[in-house]
Amino acid sequence: MTDARFTKDHEYVRVSEGVGVVGISDFAQSQLGDIVYVELPAVGAKINKGEQLATVESVKSANEVYAPVSGEVVEVNSDLENAPASVNEDPLGKGWFVKLRLTDESELASLMDASAYEGFIKTL
Amino acid sequence: MLDQPRKETREATFTGNRGLDQEEPLLFEIGRRDVTGVDIDAPESFTPRLGGLERKEPIGLPGLSEPEAMRHYVRLSRKNYSIDAGLYPLGSCTMKHNPRLNEKVARLEGFADVHPLQPQSTAQGALQVMQELADWLLTLTGMAAVALSPKAGAHGELCGLMAIKSAIASRGEAQTRKVMLVPSSAHGTNPASAALLGFSVRTITTGDDGVVHVDAVRAALGSDVAGIMLTNPNTCGLFERDIVEIAQAVHEAGAYFYCDGANFNAIAGVARPGDFGIDAMHINLHKTFSTPHGGGGPGAGPVVFSKLLAPFAPAPSLARDEKGLRLVEQAEGESFGRLTAFHGQMGMFVRALAYMLSHGGDGLAEASRDAVLSANYIRASLRDVLTQPFGDRLCMHEVLFDDSWLHGTGVTTLDLAKAMIDEGYHPMTIYFPLVAHGAMLIEPTESESKASLDLFIATLRDLARRALHGEADAFHAAPRFTPRRRLDETLAARKPVLRCDAPR
Amino acid sequence: MRYHPLTEADRREMLSKIGVARIEDLFADVPQELLLRDGLPLPQGQSELAVERHMARLAAKNLTASRAPFFVGAGAYKHHVPASVDHLIQRSEFLTSYTPYQPEVSQGTLQYLIEFQTQVALLTGMEIANASMYDGSTACAEAMLMAHRITKRRKAVLSGGLHPQYADVARTVAKLAGDEVDALAPDVRASEDLIAHLDDEVSCVIVQTPDFFGNPRDLTALAEACHRRGALLVAVFTEAVSLGLLESPGRMGADIVVGEGQSIGNALTFGGPYVGLFATRHEYLRQMPGRLAGETVDAEGRRGFVLTLSTREQHIRRDKATSNICTNSGLCALAFTIHLSLLGEAGLTKLARVNHANAVKLADMLARVRNVDVLNDAFFNEFTIRVKGDAAALVERMAGHGVLAGVPVSRLLPHAGLDDLLLVANTEINTDEDRATFVAELEGAL
Repeated sequence: MTDARFTKDHEYVRVSEGVGVVGISDFAQSQLGDIVYVELPAVGAKINKGEQLATVESVKSANEVYAPVSGEVVEVNSDLENAPASVNEDPLGKGWFVKLRLTDESELASLMDASAYEGFIKTL
Repeated sequence: MLDQPRKETREATFTGNRGLDQEEPLLFEIGRRDVTGVDIDAPESFTPRLGGLERKEPIGLPGLSEPEAMRHYVRLSRKNYSIDAGLYPLGSCTMKHNPRLNEKVARLEGFADVHPLQPQSTAQGALQVMQELADWLLTLTGMAAVALSPKAGAHGELCGLMAIKSAIASRGEAQTRKVMLVPSSAHGTNPASAALLGFSVRTITTGDDGVVHVDAVRAALGSDVAGIMLTNPNTCGLFERDIVEIAQAVHEAGAYFYCDGANFNAIAGVARPGDFGIDAMHINLHKTFSTPHGGGGPGAGPVVFSKLLAPFAPAPSLARDEKGLRLVEQAEGESFGRLTAFHGQMGMFVRALAYMLSHGGDGLAEASRDAVLSANYIRASLRDVLTQPFGDRLCMHEVLFDDSWLHGTGVTTLDLAKAMIDEGYHPMTIYFPLVAHGAMLIEPTESESKASLDLFIATLRDLARRALHGEADAFHAAPRFTPRRRLDETLAARKPVLRCDAPR
Repeated sequence: MRYHPLTEADRREMLSKIGVARIEDLFADVPQELLLRDGLPLPQGQSELAVERHMARLAAKNLTASRAPFFVGAGAYKHHVPASVDHLIQRSEFLTSYTPYQPEVSQGTLQYLIEFQTQVALLTGMEIANASMYDGSTACAEAMLMAHRITKRRKAVLSGGLHPQYADVARTVAKLAGDEVDALAPDVRASEDLIAHLDDEVSCVIVQTPDFFGNPRDLTALAEACHRRGALLVAVFTEAVSLGLLESPGRMGADIVVGEGQSIGNALTFGGPYVGLFATRHEYLRQMPGRLAGETVDAEGRRGFVLTLSTREQHIRRDKATSNICTNSGLCALAFTIHLSLLGEAGLTKLARVNHANAVKLADMLARVRNVDVLNDAFFNEFTIRVKGDAAALVERMAGHGVLAGVPVSRLLPHAGLDDLLLVANTEINTDEDRATFVAELEGAL
């Protein structure tokens, strides 16, 4: 079980020392199919919870990824440019999108833990 | 199956060719930089006056002699499906017969070899073509004015919305009316055109019966709404029954009605959009009036306007004075400006006019009726096997099925489409409109004989039987008899290769 | 009707299968008061013979470029197109196919599109090109919008040497999209200072070479200045043949190169259909409008082609698409690519030299005519002359004598005080006899 927390839009964030690693869940990648491109924000961008953070594209779809928490982008996963397949292969590991320095850690409380998220996707 | 070794699916030949199915390398693999298929006399010696801006490096372009070029492009052509070769039931695209008379007249020297900026006194015949085409379009639609210059359907949408935006601005409401209503069944160009002009798109949910209800429109209307974009007949192949009430509601709310005329071919000569109460509509000459699609263009998308919007139409427009016909080339008065250089797709105007003259008013109505008849015949002949998202009801010129009948078979809409290719058919439009799951949109047009329709129906029934009887593997392997098997679109998007190498 | 295969008997059988009595019953969803019970006041259908006669009568009213000494350009050019080009583009499989959405039965279209994209990229000196746009003027407006997306700025500077109708199209789009345009005054001698118009709001400078008045322009310093200010340089051409002889805009530093491809492979046809060329740098790929063909492999590992990166486009992105464009100019792009592969580098270079040589010859002849000044120091196959009096009236007089002399600048710039300027184009079609007639008629008409 991962220590990440999830949104209903299938983003996850895993926080350590005030910095959250953000990506999309294994369920989300399986629904999207082969990911061909991920458009990432600029380092330094300040993004509020629920605002668009990235765009993830499969061959026939473009989907917006929203910030699970508010924060400033401190790093983006530039490896995705040449290897977007990592999102399919290892969404919670090598397939991460961005690192956010959280502005309000209390926002995490509104997110689901892994078991709650498992239960949530069973209802879909 | 996809993972079967090559020798089991294809009998190998030394060349890779299989009889008439010939492989063809890229131009950049066969062309040479020092070969040309055009003999040009060298100029006498002269002193260049290029201001020192001559090219300093070679370009890298390959050349072919004429026989090589003929063979290259003829071989390429043979890898394409075409309406001339078979039924092409792409819903909402209208692949009907392209009469060759129209090609012949478009190539008359008096049309093909006339410059857009030569004196208008020397191009009166060209202007008369435009005038006659405009007259036909206005009579068929019952509208007040027409702009011929839009280059395609989406360009026509832009034209119509620009007129609406200008009309709103002239009322001093540019800052308050910034919303465009678009139904969920709309073609993607509708929201894209609206967004380009800074409108925000408010989606109207299509009803359970596949049409937009006037109540849903009323609920979405308000003092912030500039207009509505509605396709009629719509992308589900259904006539928007509430259209007159919708037009009234839109006008009462101070907004304008843009009708997407992509499916005008269902009603041309049968009903006039002007009588619905619309304010603007584009007409795809490449659909309703059968100018050839040419592998993806060129199209032409003239826009007709109501009296309300006519003053805002773009330049150029046609006028008549004592010397004859005249193009007004500068935007005057409230005209919103110019959409393209020159005057529009003249080559398409000539073809469309020849098509209209050949049909006459009676023939155009017959074309619409036969198109609707053929679509309903397909519906009636497949309704016991395939499923319809909005129930079994009369359709217009195209019939929409969904994939619920395939549920549990392991066969998808895409698999079915690829299996149709092996049977010698171009597939129908698939996965559009988005409001139907796994959509299959079939538009036979008026160009098919009954025997052709019957064979198509029998083929689909056989494919359906096979899909429902557990032959999913065969569907996944399709197409098998094409120059290429299924292509890896993921690889193409992940590692884009958008040009070939320079010549050897 | 000769195009309709269904017989009355067929129709009756089909109606019976559907379960309705009359074809009119199929239109039950149309409000019945809207149905045209008595048809429309339109002529009845006509035979092929009758239609052809009518169209031929209209065609005969036009004076064609082949029947007159012809010097008209200003964005559309008369060139010789080999007979094989028109034959090939009329093949059913090219003419009557749709957009290649089903790649397994569209490899012909997809392969020529990637060949076309490569030719355009090489010609413009850019890394990538799309599968074509409607025409040069709309490609130019799309380039402006693309520059806005990339720079996140919303002001375009338009050179005074940009074709006036291209400028009008860009202005119209900008006005209605809520963007700003800084359009410079007509610049007959390429003496404007575009760099002075750069500021931190400018997304792009749009400049044409050879410009509307015929001047080839060196874009190198302008490109550098644009890049220093975070703006893009959009280079425009309206005569593609010029790229056979002139330095490519890409090598001069342009970020987006757009232009009109008509003059290779396509007839004049009174202004359309033509084919817009659109090329840029690889880094801007995702912001490019229009269709793209790309290479891939099939299920058996063989090379094949598909439409790709369509997530940029309207059918997927809808209101967030890079453009509302749905079509390209496929058949005109095919004509372009066939003609250019027939020419090859050797043929194109030679064709461009002949064009330039002919224009030099005419310019030298005109320099000796009283009351005529050739204004260009440099040009490719078109230049501007100043005549005594009104150029438009002069052109009309010469047309009356069967000479199509060129485009009066006032036709496109009616209020610029340039009524005495005439654009004169000279391509490989013009003979020494044409030029002699032109000069003689000009002297007579002045």
